[in-house]
Amino acid sequence: MTPGGAAWADAALAAALLAIDPSLGGACLRVRTGPAQAAWLDLYRRLDPERTVLRLPPGIGDERLFGGLDLAATLASGKPVMTEGLLRSGGARAMILPMAERASAGLAARLAVALDAGCGATLTLLDEGADDAEFAPAALTDRLAFLPRLDAVRMADLTEGVCVEDVRRARALLGRVETPPEAYENFVKVAVTLGILSMRAPLLALAAARAAIALAGETRMNEAAAILAARLVLGPRAKCLPETPPEEDMEEPEEPSAPDDRPDTGEETDPPDPNMGRIPEEILLEAARAAIPPDIIARLLGRQAFAAQSARTSGAGDERKSRAKGRPAGSVRGRLTDGGQLDLVETLRAAAPWQPLRRREGTGDRVIVLSDDFRIKRSKQRTEKVLIFAVDASGSTALSRLAETKGAVELMLGQAYVERQQVALIAFRGTGAEVLLPPTRSLVLTKRRLASLPGGGGTPLAAGLNSALELARSARSRGMTPYLALLTDGKANIALDGAPGRTQAETDVLRLARLVSSEGLAATVIDTGNRPTPAARVLADTMGATYLPLPRADARALAGAMTSALAGG
Amino acid sequence: MPAAFPFSAIVGQTEMKHALTLAAVDPSIGGVLVFGDRGTGKSTAVRSLAALLPPIVIAKGSAYNTPPKDGEESETVPTPVVDLPLGATEDRVVGALDLERALTRGEKAFEPGLLARAHRGFLYIDEVNLLEDHIVDLLLDVAASGENVVEREGLSVRHAARFVLVGSGNPEEGELRPQLLDRFGLSVEVASPRDIDDRVEVIRRRDAFDRAPEAFLRKWASADAQHRKLILTARKRLARVTVPDTALASCAELCIALGSDGLRGELTLMRTARALAALEGAPEVTVAHLRAIAPSAMRHRLRRDPLDEAGSGARVDRALAEVFAA
Repeated sequence: MTPGGAAWADAALAAALLAIDPSLGGACLRVRTGPAQAAWLDLYRRLDPERTVLRLPPGIGDERLFGGLDLAATLASGKPVMTEGLLRSGGARAMILPMAERASAGLAARLAVALDAGCGATLTLLDEGADDAEFAPAALTDRLAFLPRLDAVRMADLTEGVCVEDVRRARALLGRVETPPEAYENFVKVAVTLGILSMRAPLLALAAARAAIALAGETRMNEAAAILAARLVLGPRAKCLPETPPEEDMEEPEEPSAPDDRPDTGEETDPPDPNMGRIPEEILLEAARAAIPPDIIARLLGRQAFAAQSARTSGAGDERKSRAKGRPAGSVRGRLTDGGQLDLVETLRAAAPWQPLRRREGTGDRVIVLSDDFRIKRSKQRTEKVLIFAVDASGSTALSRLAETKGAVELMLGQAYVERQQVALIAFRGTGAEVLLPPTRSLVLTKRRLASLPGGGGTPLAAGLNSALELARSARSRGMTPYLALLTDGKANIALDGAPGRTQAETDVLRLARLVSSEGLAATVIDTGNRPTPAARVLADTMGATYLPLPRADARALAGAMTSALAGG
Repeated sequence: MPAAFPFSAIVGQTEMKHALTLAAVDPSIGGVLVFGDRGTGKSTAVRSLAALLPPIVIAKGSAYNTPPKDGEESETVPTPVVDLPLGATEDRVVGALDLERALTRGEKAFEPGLLARAHRGFLYIDEVNLLEDHIVDLLLDVAASGENVVEREGLSVRHAARFVLVGSGNPEEGELRPQLLDRFGLSVEVASPRDIDDRVEVIRRRDAFDRAPEAFLRKWASADAQHRKLILTARKRLARVTVPDTALASCAELCIALGSDGLRGELTLMRTARALAALEGAPEVTVAHLRAIAPSAMRHRLRRDPLDEAGSGARVDRALAEVFAA
């Protein structure tokens, strides 16, 4: 079978299992909108025809979800018109959330609460994430049994599988399926070996196995069903490759210690722990391993990026999306004296329903707006700072002072934390620069990334500056104020295009440095050379940046200097 | 609403269960913050504890959970657990004018919000670190004062809102502002159990509960009843537990050793230790009580030191060793 065919067969089975046991929660389909997505939704609808399909608009608000007053209809008819909440109205429903990768943390939390409350609904997320930085909210995927990826599925693969009669028969059988005591242990151990910490995963795998047994017309747990459940439920959730010993996985699940091993090369490895090497687990693990996405590492990094992103966009409420982007920004009740900007439309909306009442009490027939109605835009309340660290991790730095450089960055991180700034981390070495961490407020994440930063190779300073500029621009477009801290010895030897050569490299660096200056990006160059280097000094002057030589073994003085430099600038 | 998982059947998570129990004994401790990964049973524990507490008696039909006055008709309702969803508007939290009645009958009537529903129970916020700051501020204010005051359309409403605030979240998704952290009474860090046998037991019990809730609840009913009795007895004893001056001095010393500013830390230490003493049936607060609760009461009040790799728990332990060395 083609890879696409296998993926489709598994996804179709998942649809059947979900139809048999809705307590499996649902599925998250990772694929662009297209025939495969449509075919799966269609299949699920046919397998569970009693369920009312409900497509949730991506930006759905509380009133639609929980019910509330329909303001437009109410004002038009003069009497209250209530809308029924989509989550409140009972009955078996199959909820579908399109563009799940863009769902806000708030929506995810509300749907999660609804799923937990046992509302009887299933949820299908349509995750159309384009790259590894965009994923459906983990709060939801954690609760859904199946995470099929359908991007390899071709038209020819879309075959018919289970029919609705099979599902009906299986449902009748489901309550009688037995669970042998070893089954609990098996799924738990496999999950741990795969670095899956959530306790929901083994439970969902167990339920999937039971549904599979019922589908096969049996009531006894068997190996085939367990294998299927491991492949469908556990494999796609793997947080590390099964080669690593489980104890370590528990420590640092997000950082796979086997960097670039391709999990699908089929190389035979010993089970991690001889005590655990009983046959069924090995087989289950093997089955799950086959379903680990080949790009697991990128995915894991992406997930963290997503986590950081969600913290950023829905964080402390002091940062609003620009109005041009069209997302509802919301405004808050407030007084004009607070220095806020009046949101006129929202203010009038707030005042509208009270007009009849106020007119009766007051005089005249004009629109009566009271201070209670004032809605203030929140965007102007506070601008956020984002401190971008661009760290030279090239061989020349690595040999001498990478550890000290890291120390200095950590100290500045501490400062940034106190001031609730966001931080971003870029490293450049070898032939290019890499954004190790998009702007985040998570100190934990930043420290982890920094600690694992390796050193070596050439000095692609131009690429580093370029990445920093890009990051700064995107931070600006979100209304944040970027600051750049560039830690380098200034000895560039790799050009922007990745080619070696000192002359071109230096030309590129100076060109980008002038851009930093002309774009008004506040910056500090921290010279990490063994002794102050002229190149770094020139770079700082061109950038219009503060120049600080990294004092030997005195990172604290540097952090102090850096703080005062930032405060002054 | 399906039945809640029995509190006594939760495997491990001793510190979280303990913190929630203490907060239930004395709600003035000021709420519990639970930080940890997904699927570690944070919300399960909160709902379980509420289900275990005795039902409350309220004036019939009261939207504010007020106790009945003399001669008033009453009804019994379960201890409320109110979920506060992310993105909840201020109006939904504190209450607002009832639009329907204003439009149909032209009357100004207050429609109580989530705070009123949570009175005498629990207010649970999952992902509290993603909640808008102004809402968190507001919640903490009400939680501290025990009263919700709303002024709208010339109408002034004031109602009691005493609840145990429980916030949970995943620290990797963003941290809570230190000012907010400090205002939670206790904080605990949870992780899913490390031990395979414990993990298997978690799955086994959960599965048993999901498949046959009634039988499972029956099996754990007596253990839960015992825990309920413990809490209720402790509540009664609380007023009689004395706090000797030496214990108060230790609270202050501990806060100084940990560099935690303000009196909030001392107050929480004292109240939590007193709740523990009440739970254990001790007549007065001792050093042992302080020692036991100090990690939960102080962990989130330390100034963050990014270079100190040791967790905040270890730093509290160090300070404990110093202060109580003598």
